[in-house]
Amino acid sequence: MSVSDLSSFTPSSGPTVRAVKDPFHGDLLEVSMGPQHPSTHGVFRMVVTLDGEVVVKLKPVFGYLHRNHEKIAENTTYLGSMPYTDRLDYLCSMTTNWAYALAVEKLAGQAVPDRAQYLRVILAEMTRLVNHSCLVGFLFNDLGTSFTPLLYAFREREKILDLFEALSGSRMMCNFQRFGGCRVDPTPEWLAAASRLVDNYPRFLDEYETMLTANEIMLARTQGIGILDAKLAVNAGITGPCLRASGYNYDLRKVDGYGFYPRFDFKVPLGAHGDTYDRYMMRILEMRESVKILQQAFRDLPGGPVMDPKAKIRGFRPKAGEAYGRIESPKGELGFYLISDGTPNPYRYRVRPPSLINLTLLEEMCLGHTIADSVVILGSVDIVLGEVDR
Amino acid sequence: MIIAAIDSYLEVAPLAWRDAVVQWCPEPTQWLVHHLITIVAILAVFGTLFAFTPLAERKLLGRLQNRLGPNRSGLPWWQNGPKLWGLTQPFADAVKALTKEDIVPAAADKLLHFLAPVLIVAFSLLTFAVLPFGRHLVPVGLDAALLYFFAAGSATELAIFMAGWASRNKYSLLAAMRALAQVISYELPLILSVVPIVLIAGTLSLQDIVLAQGFWTFGFLPHWFVFTPWGFAGFLLFLVSALAESNRSPFDLPEAESELIAGHLTEYSGFKYALFFMAEYFGLTALSGLGVTLFLGGWQAPCAFLQFIPSWLWFMGKVIGMLLLFIWIRGTLLRLRIDQLTRLAWQFMVPLTLINLGNAAFWSLTAGWTGPLQLVRWGVSLAIIVIPFVLLGRRLSAGRHPRTYRYAAS
Amino acid sequence: MLGSGIINGLIVTAKNFVGSYHDPKRMVTVQYPEERAKLPENYRNFPFLITENATDPMGTLRCVACQICEKECPPQCIYIEKSKDKKPDATGKPQLYPAVFAIDTSVCMSCQICVEVCPFDAIKMDQVFEVAATDRFTGLLLDREQLAKPNSYFHEIHPTDAAEVDTRLATERQAAEEKAKAAAAAKAAAAAKAAAPKAAVKPAAEGGPTA
Repeated sequence: MSVSDLSSFTPSSGPTVRAVKDPFHGDLLEVSMGPQHPSTHGVFRMVVTLDGEVVVKLKPVFGYLHRNHEKIAENTTYLGSMPYTDRLDYLCSMTTNWAYALAVEKLAGQAVPDRAQYLRVILAEMTRLVNHSCLVGFLFNDLGTSFTPLLYAFREREKILDLFEALSGSRMMCNFQRFGGCRVDPTPEWLAAASRLVDNYPRFLDEYETMLTANEIMLARTQGIGILDAKLAVNAGITGPCLRASGYNYDLRKVDGYGFYPRFDFKVPLGAHGDTYDRYMMRILEMRESVKILQQAFRDLPGGPVMDPKAKIRGFRPKAGEAYGRIESPKGELGFYLISDGTPNPYRYRVRPPSLINLTLLEEMCLGHTIADSVVILGSVDIVLGEVDR
Repeated sequence: MIIAAIDSYLEVAPLAWRDAVVQWCPEPTQWLVHHLITIVAILAVFGTLFAFTPLAERKLLGRLQNRLGPNRSGLPWWQNGPKLWGLTQPFADAVKALTKEDIVPAAADKLLHFLAPVLIVAFSLLTFAVLPFGRHLVPVGLDAALLYFFAAGSATELAIFMAGWASRNKYSLLAAMRALAQVISYELPLILSVVPIVLIAGTLSLQDIVLAQGFWTFGFLPHWFVFTPWGFAGFLLFLVSALAESNRSPFDLPEAESELIAGHLTEYSGFKYALFFMAEYFGLTALSGLGVTLFLGGWQAPCAFLQFIPSWLWFMGKVIGMLLLFIWIRGTLLRLRIDQLTRLAWQFMVPLTLINLGNAAFWSLTAGWTGPLQLVRWGVSLAIIVIPFVLLGRRLSAGRHPRTYRYAAS
Repeated sequence: MLGSGIINGLIVTAKNFVGSYHDPKRMVTVQYPEERAKLPENYRNFPFLITENATDPMGTLRCVACQICEKECPPQCIYIEKSKDKKPDATGKPQLYPAVFAIDTSVCMSCQICVEVCPFDAIKMDQVFEVAATDRFTGLLLDREQLAKPNSYFHEIHPTDAAEVDTRLATERQAAEEKAKAAAAAKAAAAAKAAAPKAAVKPAAEGGPTA
């Protein structure tokens, strides 16, 4: 029984689903939003049944961007999958790279030098800034601004992407992490520029919040909309800012303490209502925490190599076994599960995409709200179709 | 002296030129030519304004968003010629709209689908007939001009509904329903926000309303209605209602691109789409013109010594200023939801406009108060409008406020 | 009070409007065909092959057709055919060379893995990004003549990287030369030894039984 079937028997919130043809109440309107729609964030489709403007049933349909990622990875070498992971969550290639590298390093028992660990934290937190800035920008576009917040966010993102380009050679498809370290050692100029950017970032966040956080229309449109119950969220496997917005404290940076995160001093913001406004504010507050982590990382960055000298680029064959590597990507728990049979290719390669799993409760969040809200709720969940459909 | 002569000539120049042309025509057709010239002049002036308003909007939005906006279109057949800051963009857009394929959905109601864009432009143009563009420039001097304006202006919603219904598209239909709900909700505050003016000026004729604002204290403090407590409140209420009435952000629900793709315009392309676009800007310009006429002194100069500038230039300048204000608002604000939109109208705007009417009545009753009593009059009038605004606003946004957040213990 | 948030927002956009005229931090647009943003040194686009000598590009390709990049390329966009004969490479050692070396840039995803796995520093990433073609298939399928670019060009686009590669190759070459010299010397010595002992051994051999 699928989730949408379940909801028709045990509705968790909002009105119960009623028949499309109902002589007493009048007919319902079934609208197929997507796959070509301005605010489904890619080729995503929602089959929405409307009573007037109120959503009484919502069926997410995805798979339009399926690229056979897992099977391709099982047929290429371990290193060969690294550029494909860039294309999973194409807004945050640095973190997807890291999650995959982490899984392979676990599998192969590969050590990572200190400088590379710090560099990974720096790049992951910069990626978080990129992702969250973009997300709030897109969320406001869904809320009906004429691109203004989005373009402010893009302006700041552009500066970070310039740094990524200077370091890795590509703005979005970074392909930067390697098993046993990072590909390129940043120059002192790069580090100085990055540090300057991070120090200036709170100013952008302040401006952004002045513009929108207390905006009356924003409050009216997001508070009390799309409430996600913490218990339901945990049961459905929701992770990341969406889960924390519901008030459940679960951040892999604290829980797993992967990388060098235990060395950094940062806090995990928690929401209380689990509505769209909380999900928005989680992103803003997490960006502020990211800035703190980055400042500490730039201060403490040690010297040394960024690549373990014993790491192998050619002819990499981990011994037979299995490993699951997971990180707190900007969208939630991103995990890679690998089984090795001792050959250069993984025997099994599985991605746990946070976008897809966070999307499973979309109907529960949208029921009883209007069609305009369903778009905003989808925006606040933060999906990237490259990751959902793989 | 010379300036005064030039000024008085410029003031009547449009009329003089029209009369000169009319003189050349044979007697039986003179009335027709007379009106045709007026119509052509309005079409030419506001057509040009329409052509450049979207360009200004795109440029201004671009600057608000830290972009450059369109700056590429130069001259045709001169590839590396001057770029002219993109000023030829409207012509390029017009050529594009005209040469685009006109697609009519197979299941659409063909007649209504065709009629809707034509009607919407016609209705939105009708409203220009009664606006006083200058001291002597009133196309039709109706006594009940204000009533005529609202009657003609609200007919555009009929065309929007036609477009939404005829397209046979679910998005269009939802948009049409929203448009109707919106116009019915906002027609009331729009008209009620204007009633105080009628009360004070004692006339429905727009030209007389402008003349009622044509005084200055000390020669530089204009007696525009916006500079009174009730007038300022009325102006803000009018502004919000006008935004809603012309389907502009933050009330652009009928064409909410994030949920309804393009609303009633979803199934329109090519020149029909351009006609809707044109009607939207005509409607916006006409409402700006009405706002200027009612609250901002119409064609009156802000200071007595600036009267040498022709009155129609003042009018156009003020209208363009209003349009820029609308663009600025569009560049900043989010869209409301349909239920919030109607709630705002019925629970906030309508009560406030009614209170403002009482405020205007108070103002007119106390017209004789002078000296220190004048201050009392201002204070009471301000209190009459500000206290309900705060109370109603608090009720409207009850339970909604920026939150503070806790952090996990570890 | 209702409306204060909206007014704050309007003030922020107005600030940005004014800032876009004088603050380069706000106005980040680069007018592309006329102005160009400076590409960072690490920027990568599509691979190219390095030749030692610009006058004879096909004769001095560094590539020895080992086909490692062909195997490692994730989207499989490299196609190599080995030559039948051998040519001396930079160090003078006879090596195979690619008779056919083609990269389908419509498939290539610019991941730089071919560069990383190449043991001969023969393939590097280019920075030319204006690569539109009017033909979907052959226009983007680059053969070795189109891919070959001289080492001096590599120095132009990636100066740090190129200098490092050159010093490494120079030391390798030197080592190879020394090795060759040593080998030659050893050979000569061995030959001499082979010749000398013969002379020396003979008497010994002769004298052997006597000893």
